[in-house]
Amino acid sequence: MSDTTQQPQRQMMKGNVAIAEGALHAGCRYYFGYPITPQNDIPEYLSAELPKCGGTFVQAESEIASINMVLGASAAGARCMTSSSGPGISLMQEGISYLAGSELPAVIVYVSRIGPGLGGIAPTQGDYKQVTSGGGHGDYYSIVLAPSSVQEMFSLVQTCFDLADKYRNPAILLTDAILGQMKEPVIVGPRPEPKAQDKPWALTGNQGRSKNLIKSLFLGDGEMEVQNWKLVEKYNRLKAEDTMAEELWMDDAEFIIVAFGSCSRMVESSIRLARAQGLKVGLIRPITLFPFPEKLIYERTASIAKVLVVEMNTGQMVKDVKVNTHKNADVFFYGRPGGGMPTPEDILEKIKEFY
Amino acid sequence: MYHDCIMAGFGGQGILMIGDILSLAAMHDGRNVTWMPSYGVEMRGGTARCTVVISDERIGSPITGAPSGCLVMNKPSLDKYESWVSPGGALVANGTFIQESDFTRSDVSRLLVPTNDIAEQVGDKRTASMVALGAYVEMTGVTDTPGLKAALEKTFSGKKAKLVPINLEAIEQGRKFARENRK
Repeated sequence: MSDTTQQPQRQMMKGNVAIAEGALHAGCRYYFGYPITPQNDIPEYLSAELPKCGGTFVQAESEIASINMVLGASAAGARCMTSSSGPGISLMQEGISYLAGSELPAVIVYVSRIGPGLGGIAPTQGDYKQVTSGGGHGDYYSIVLAPSSVQEMFSLVQTCFDLADKYRNPAILLTDAILGQMKEPVIVGPRPEPKAQDKPWALTGNQGRSKNLIKSLFLGDGEMEVQNWKLVEKYNRLKAEDTMAEELWMDDAEFIIVAFGSCSRMVESSIRLARAQGLKVGLIRPITLFPFPEKLIYERTASIAKVLVVEMNTGQMVKDVKVNTHKNADVFFYGRPGGGMPTPEDILEKIKEFY
Repeated sequence: MYHDCIMAGFGGQGILMIGDILSLAAMHDGRNVTWMPSYGVEMRGGTARCTVVISDERIGSPITGAPSGCLVMNKPSLDKYESWVSPGGALVANGTFIQESDFTRSDVSRLLVPTNDIAEQVGDKRTASMVALGAYVEMTGVTDTPGLKAALEKTFSGKKAKLVPINLEAIEQGRKFARENRK
């Protein structure tokens, strides 16, 4: 290859494709999945690209099979991924809980569709509470990242792999059809060779080392309690070291909007409209939904007394905001569920109502 | 610089492709851009739509309810989106399926383009959407020939590279029509 092709280039890329390419950049060479709209561009792209770079693509017989194949590949030390949406992710919850219980890293891409039930394929943020509460059974959490641009679809899926490995915990990239279907310029360099992962715990065949055991079953007296507190320690370290949020227009803000993912894009436009009318509005955009930027919300609301939470659901993240808001501040909510998308003009009206 | 536009028509008229070409041109110009296809059940009913937002600043919403410009290739799209266009915005319509009397707005810059006739003169009826794109670019000044040429070269590469000249010509003829006929 010539030198010019080695330079990172701006290219128009669909969000879902950016996730798939990001996974390849992260060294993911194993994908297991089952089709569902609106994430099908991901397996479509990987089914063509993975074999070219020595990887394995499996269209499994179900979502339950997919997540358990992920569990197996992860236990063997591989960087691996699955992707799905609403009903498919629900089917995977047992497996995700087993991943968390077995302390196995894996990346699960969640391109939401409206629900409950089979719902529809329109964009939504109705799965916030499912993913941030863990989702499956037991006292655990998944790491959850929420991109808001196609560039972030590309970069944050890579962060998911890094964090999953760092904490030996499943990581979920939560997004929706707006970001999945839209195209934006993405800076993409050449695909690097996968780095060797240091995973001394992996089941690689017992060759001259002590036995490795991966399990989520702890039947001994008090064993599970010890294990649960060990997980909490991990989550606390995650909170301290890897909480991420973006702040925009916060320097002189008198009013805060908290929004994540695609919805934060509409909010950005509404803030430009508000500022043109002299309203000093700022934005806090959580990038990690778990861990939630609790400290940041508390500190900012100590001096700014009004917070509006905008979501494409009936009110989910607003509960996390309320719990962490300083006692002097009021929290308001504006939501559009079921595929309704708040326009910048709609949000501007709400800003004026509560400002 | 900020420009947002809605492009709409029948599936198969090349709406998503001209939206793509406009986005690539804007990217070539060094700008930020978002391209958002119509999404939902309506995509199965035969209507195609995309929204393109171009800006020198970071782009917020990739969707718009009040676009600076609108390009409509059929009558149902005119009926749906004419009222959305911002006052003073541009409205470019496909004269093959739309008549002057179909317009209801007088506070926007309107242009009816006989896309099929011009495309036939160019030498291929299938370039009608490129003619419309050319007229739209002329009406809005949102990009220029170098960007469009680069976009076409990216879109038609390899075996399809021979299609670049005729598509570029269709865009140029659309621009020429707009220059000569805009009010």
